[in-house]
Formats: sequence, structure tokens, C-alpha cells
Amino acid sequence: MTEKPESAPASTAQKGPDSRARFQSVVRTVGMAPILILLCLLFEVLSIVNAVGSWSEAFNQVMNGHFWDVVISGRFASAQNLSIVAQQAAVNMVLAAGMTFVILTGGIDLSVGSILAAAAMVALIFSNIPDLWWLAIPMGVVTGLIFGVINGSLVAYLRLPPFIVTLGALTAVRGIARLIGDDKTVFNADLQFAVIGNGAVYGVPWLVIIAFAVILVSWFVLRRTVLGVHIYAVGGNEDAARLSGIKVPLVLLFVYGASGALAGLGAVMQAARLYAANGLQLGQSYELDAIAAVILGGTSFVGGIGSIWGTLIGALIIAVLSNGLVLIGISDIWQFIIKGLVIIGAVALDRYRLSSSART
Amino acid sequence: MASTADTAPILEMREIRKTFFTVKALTGVELTAWSGEIHALMGENGAGKSTLMKILSGAYRADVGGEIKLAGQPVTIDGPLAAKRLGIAVIYQELSLSPNLTVAENIHLGRELSKSGLIDRARMERDSAPVLERLGADFGPKTLVSDLSIAERQLVEIARAVHADARILVMDEPTTALSSRETDRLFSLVRQLKAEGMAIIYISHRMNEVYELADRVSVLRDGGYVGTLTRAELSAERLVKMMVGRDISGFYKKAQGEHHKTGALMLEVKDFADGRRVKNVSLTVRAGEVVALAGLVGSGRTELARLVFGADKRISGDLWLEGQRVELHSPSAALATGVAYLTEDRKAQGLFLDMSVHDNINLAVFGRDAGRGGVLDLGSAARRATTAIEVLKIRVAGPHVEVGTLSGGNQQKVLLSRLLETAPRVLLLDEPTRGVDIGAKSEIYRLIDELAARGVAILVISSELPEVVGISDRVVVMRDGIVAGELDGSAEAPITQEAIMELATGAKTTAAA
Ligand SMILES: Nc1ncnc2c1ncn2[C@@H]1O[C@H](COP(=O)(O)OP(=O)(O)OP(=O)(O)O)[C@@H](O)[C@H]1O
Ligand SMILES: [Mg+2]
Repeated sequence: MTEKPESAPASTAQKGPDSRARFQSVVRTVGMAPILILLCLLFEVLSIVNAVGSWSEAFNQVMNGHFWDVVISGRFASAQNLSIVAQQAAVNMVLAAGMTFVILTGGIDLSVGSILAAAAMVALIFSNIPDLWWLAIPMGVVTGLIFGVINGSLVAYLRLPPFIVTLGALTAVRGIARLIGDDKTVFNADLQFAVIGNGAVYGVPWLVIIAFAVILVSWFVLRRTVLGVHIYAVGGNEDAARLSGIKVPLVLLFVYGASGALAGLGAVMQAARLYAANGLQLGQSYELDAIAAVILGGTSFVGGIGSIWGTLIGALIIAVLSNGLVLIGISDIWQFIIKGLVIIGAVALDRYRLSSSART
Repeated sequence: MASTADTAPILEMREIRKTFFTVKALTGVELTAWSGEIHALMGENGAGKSTLMKILSGAYRADVGGEIKLAGQPVTIDGPLAAKRLGIAVIYQELSLSPNLTVAENIHLGRELSKSGLIDRARMERDSAPVLERLGADFGPKTLVSDLSIAERQLVEIARAVHADARILVMDEPTTALSSRETDRLFSLVRQLKAEGMAIIYISHRMNEVYELADRVSVLRDGGYVGTLTRAELSAERLVKMMVGRDISGFYKKAQGEHHKTGALMLEVKDFADGRRVKNVSLTVRAGEVVALAGLVGSGRTELARLVFGADKRISGDLWLEGQRVELHSPSAALATGVAYLTEDRKAQGLFLDMSVHDNINLAVFGRDAGRGGVLDLGSAARRATTAIEVLKIRVAGPHVEVGTLSGGNQQKVLLSRLLETAPRVLLLDEPTRGVDIGAKSEIYRLIDELAARGVAILVISSELPEVVGISDRVVVMRDGIVAGELDGSAEAPITQEAIMELATGAKTTAAA
């Protein structure tokens, strides 16, 4: 066959779409960032109004030339508060990173909150053993990993639906967490690794450093390793993944294992903040915040599409919401309602934007 | 055609344009169809045929400026529902039935009959029965669609169109998944609908089908309208020239009777059985040999290929590669050993539609290229993708475009290049030219030829008899899970369409000893 002049593969007139495709993926990635910024601005303004007293008072003061006084009276955007927001987001970010892996394969992990509780118990118990206290952190993470691998095995090898497996684990592991500490709260006033929860390096809290490290490593795994492509592939089309030689069970085992291990890491972070762990209360409904962060981040529930940066922004949105609503003095009943509505609204907006720009 | 009292054609589309971002899928296309006409629509992969039909059916909206008239009346088609109401029915390549519902329920989908708010199944069934009967279906309205074969499902879709009093029926490559006997039945049905006054728009890449059916043929090229030929003006050269813009010669690369130089035994399948479709199959393929696996749809060919590839479990049989017994328990093991399989169902089992062309091409070799660390070798991945796009002439703006937006034939090429990247010793190709235009087809044949010349053992499953006859050195014919016979091209067992059909249908049991 000779040349095929009229339908050359990449005619110059069509150079656009490739860069367009890249642009699209960038848009998808930053997707929710505008909403995050908008929320921050909103809370800053509301906190200013709160501080000054009322809208009219704030307006008067600005008119009288006290613009900067008014602006700095806002409490939301203060360095101190932003650092609190980041700390509040940190544990959820770590859980949501694991959840991103799982949801990218088209699965779900409902058990991370319970796993976090159990792992925190184990970590605190070890920290109380004089000769073995140094095992506290590794044992916390390993506990999470073990539960995650059990979830993963059931999903990968017994082909049970992830929702069912992790729903069962949500309850069973919660029970185990209570069993571990005899259903009592475990304390350690001289917690050796408390610095993780309360210390900072050059003003940046350790919790935040850990969370960002997790996000970075997750990005690397997802975007720069073979395993990462395989995770997307399994979520995109499991049958095709198998026929292309991907070891689907191993991929599934990895994502649930990673989610569990990260829940273990989250447990260490949480325990370090509290100097204590309670099998019943710790990590209650954390899985919901983690899932919300992932979905807010634009990751598709059926798998195959999404990014860790989206999750980062999703987790920040949730933290900003919780913090801001408290700051401006909304009652906690309304906090729940508003949080729920914002999550639904933000995702609806995102889908609408994507569908109107991407596919017709 | 225009012999009916109508003075205006049933369908007139003019100046239809469609742009996706910057891809101009259609640049001012026209199409006119009359009642009682079978109008074929042809063109290379990505020419815009499906896009034009999706505009007609309301799946896409055309850019402003075009015009659609039905029986002389200008209409706006702003959604699938509007199209349905106007009497336009489309049968897509991917059938759109709900497999968990009955035939009657599917026929009434979206227009369910009810009695005081409750669904009236009995009436829906009574109502569907005559339509099914008229179309010659040998299943009843209560049958679950999941129990039907692909051909039968297609019939249900046609029944749905007839039942909705469609005036225009669009069929997008309806025969790609049908056996030749099923195709014959479909053709007589299409002719019946034509006689009843329906306008049928028929998309196909198969020249012989168009010859057999079409009253007129319209051709698209690169999103533009090239022209329309009447039956009297039809000739293969002319059509090809219109579609491709130049002459194509040497369509099937291998001339009849000429064989590839074959080497040592590469693949030996001995007594394979899976307890279901495959009862007992043995066959061999030599290095550099192209063996076609022919047979009716349902004779167990795909199942056999999947057993060899380790995608399904077999209950008996041995597999030998280059004289060594091997066990391939999984596709990953098969690929690692140098056995690759091209699935017949590229959307469901082959491609990752949301992923880029680049990722799809590299998917099976990311691991190999990366080595131990597991870190992606982006450089070699980019090189592989660019080369593959060039070599297979994949029509795509760039490697980072999502595969889902490519036309059917180009998707097939992407899938094929994924296999080739694994540098296989044995290639199992299941319907490799399904939905591929003639230009691309001849490229794929040439590719098969080149691979054979490099010593790859190739087993091709194909339901297109001219293709089987054209490309193979030897033909193994399967029937009901066993090998019905073999044709080696010798004087006693010549490779002809008739000989293959005789074996496939059981008219004759064995040819070559
Ligand atoms: N949703 C979409 N987004 C972007 N580009 C698209 C989309 N759908 C189609 N295209 C482009 O429009 C062109 C025409 O595609 P179309 O599917 O109509 O071709 P076709 O003639 O049906 O080809 P085939 O014979 O391979 O089925 C192609 O270049 C394709 O990549
Ligand atoms: Mg098409």
C-alpha cells in the first residue's frame, strides 16, 4: 500500500484536540479549586462582618477610611486559623488518598473509620509498653495494612462486592477496636510521638507535612508507575484489563491494602493529637468525609477517572466548610445540613460543567 | 423509488456540519433518501457516517446552519425522543436493548402500555406477537432478551422500529457480528421493509453487501460529502476511488494459491475442551503461517482462542509452543510467553475508552518497559505511541486524545497496536477487520503478511469468507465445538468459500485427510 494523502493521521488542521485533551485534563484536575477559593472568600467576609458586628457597621467603617482595620479583623484567613484548617484536613487527606486508589478501581472502602480506631488502639497500647514503645507507629500502620489486605483478598480472590465486604468490615473492625482496649479509653500523657500531632517544623505542623507527603507519593504512584496505570485500567474496564495481561487481583489487593495502611497512618496522626484512643468513638463516620473528599475532587464513582489533586482540593473544601461554619457561629445542626448541601451542589455543578464542555 | 405518490423525499439533510472542539467531523454533508429505498452510506473510518446518523437520531445536535426536512417539512431534531416521534429509528452497532427484560417489554420500551396505572404485560405481549411474526422471528414476546443471540436481538430492535411505525430506519454496520446465514436472513428482512415503504439507510464497509442491497450509495470522505451513485452507476473501482480518493489495487495481499514460507511447528493445540462450547479441538500453526479458523458464529471459535490465551479455564487438553509443553493459566502468563489475543468485542473487552490512545497502546508493555522499579518509562511509551499511530495510520489528532472519541475502525487499530507492541510469537486474531474500512483492511492484511514473513504464527478467526480465502495458507473449519475439517489449498482440498461453507454447515464432514 502506498501513501494515503487524503487521510494522513495527524493533519495540521487537527493539531488542536491533543493539546485540548491535555487542557481538559487540567481543567478536570483543578475542577473544584474555584469553589474552594470562593468558599474561603465567603467565610473571610462573613467572619469580618461577625467581628465588626453587622453588615452596615462594616460598610460604615470602610466608608470612614478604616478599610484595612476592617480587613484584618477577619479571623478566617489568619495564619493561625489556616494552620488549624490544614491540621483538620490532614487526617482526612490521608484517608481520602487511600480512598482515591480504591474508588479509581471502581470500588469503595467503608471501613477506614473503624480501621483507624482499631489501629489507634494498637498504637497507644504499644506506646504504653516501656520496652516496645518504639513499635507504636509501625504497629499502628501494620494493623491498618492487615485489615486492608483482608478486605482486598475478599474482593480480589472471592470476588465479593467491595460495598458488602467493607460494610461488613465497618461493623466488625469497630467491634475489634472496642475489644482491643476492653472497651475503655487508652491514655498516654507522655506519648512519645505526640510531636506528630502537635509539633511543627518552621511553623508547618507535622500533620500537614505528612498529609502532603502522602498526597505527593500517591500522585507519583498513580501517574508515574506501572501500578498507577494499571489502577486506572482496572477501573476503566476490568475485562479489558485482564485480557491485556494486567494481574487484576494484585491491583485490587494493593488498593485496599493501601487504603488500610493509610487509615493506620491516620490513626497514628489522630492518636498523637489526642494522647488517647477510644475504640467506640474514634473515627466515627470518617469514611464519609473521605468519600466526600474524593467525589468532590471529581473522581468518578464507577472508576477509571480522577486524580489525587482533586482529592486534595476536596478534602480542603470539607475542612474549610467545617471550620468556617464554626467560626461564623452557625449551630451544629445547620452545619450538617449546609455541609451536605454544599457537597451535592458542588458535584452537581462540576458534572454540569464537564458535560457541557466535554461530550455533546 | 420516487414512483410513490410522494413528490418530496422522505429525508433531506443539507449542509450538515458538526465540530467537536476543533475536530471537524462533518463539513457540510447532504443526504437524500426516498421511501421504499435502501440507501447505503459508505466511507472510510472516521469519515463521519456514524456522526451524521447520530445527528439524525438526535444523539448529537448539528452545528447551526444545516437543514433537515422530512417529507418536505423542515424539522428540528433536538433529542432522541423527538427523532422517535418523527418516525426515525436507529439500530446502532452496540445494540441498545435491556437484556434483563422480555422481548415485548423491550419493544415497548419508553411507551409501556398500562391499565389503571399498572403495567399491562399481557397486552404488550399480544401487541408484539404479530410484529415478531411478520418479521419471521422464531421466538415469542415473553422470551428474555438475555437468552437471545446477537442476530435475534437485532431482530428485536427492528421489531421495535416497525412497531413504532418508523418511516426511516438507520442500520449502522448491522452485519459485523452475524454469520453469513444470519446475514442472508437480515437481508431478506430489509428488503421486506423496503417493499413496505420504509426508507432504509444502511452503513457498511462491505462492498458485496452494498452491491446486493443498495438502490443508491452516498459516500463521505473526511467529513465531506463526495457524491451519490445509483445502482446502475455502481462499480467497485468507482466506489473505492470516491471513498479513498485514489485507486486501491492488490486488496488481498496474498494472491490465491501463493503460500507463506512456513517454518517449524509453533503452536499445537491438542484435544482442547471446556465442557461447554468447545468439545474437542486439535490444531497446529507453524511459524510464518496464517491459519484461518472458520465456522459459523457459535461454533466455538472465540471460546477456543480464549482457552489458548488462558482467559478461560479448560477441562482437558495440552498446549505446546515450539515443541515445549506449556501451561498458560492467565492472559498475563500468555502474553509473557509470547501469545497474544485480539478480542472480537473491542468496546467491552478491549479498550479503555476513557484513557488516551497513548495509554491504550502501551498498556500491555508498560510493565516490560519499566523493569524492576515499576516507574513508567514515559520516553519509550511516547515513542511507541507515535510510531504505532504512524505505522497503522491511526486517524487521531494526537496520542493524548481519548480512545472513546475515535471512529470504530481507528479504535480497532489502536487495539491491534497494543498487541503488536508485545512482540508476540503467536497471534490469535478474533475478527481483526471488524468495522474497518477497505483502506484500513488492506493495511491490516498487509500487516498480517509482514508479521507472518517475520515468523509469527497467526491464527485468524473470521466470519468474512472472502477474507478467509484471501489471506490464509490453511483453513480449519469448526462446527459445534469440533474440527469439521481442514482445507490446505491442495487440489483435493482447495480453499474456496463453497468448501468452507460445506464444512461449516455440516454438508460435508472432512476434506483433507
Ligand atoms: N464525541 C466525539 N468527540 C470528538 N470527536 C469525535 C466524537 N465522535 C466522533 N468524533 C470524530 O469525528 C470523526 C467521525 O467519526 P464517525 O464515528 O462519524 O466516523 P465513521 O464514519 O462512523 O467511522 P467508522 O467507519 O470507523 O465507524 C472522527 O474523526 C472521530 O474521531
Ligand atoms: Mg461508525
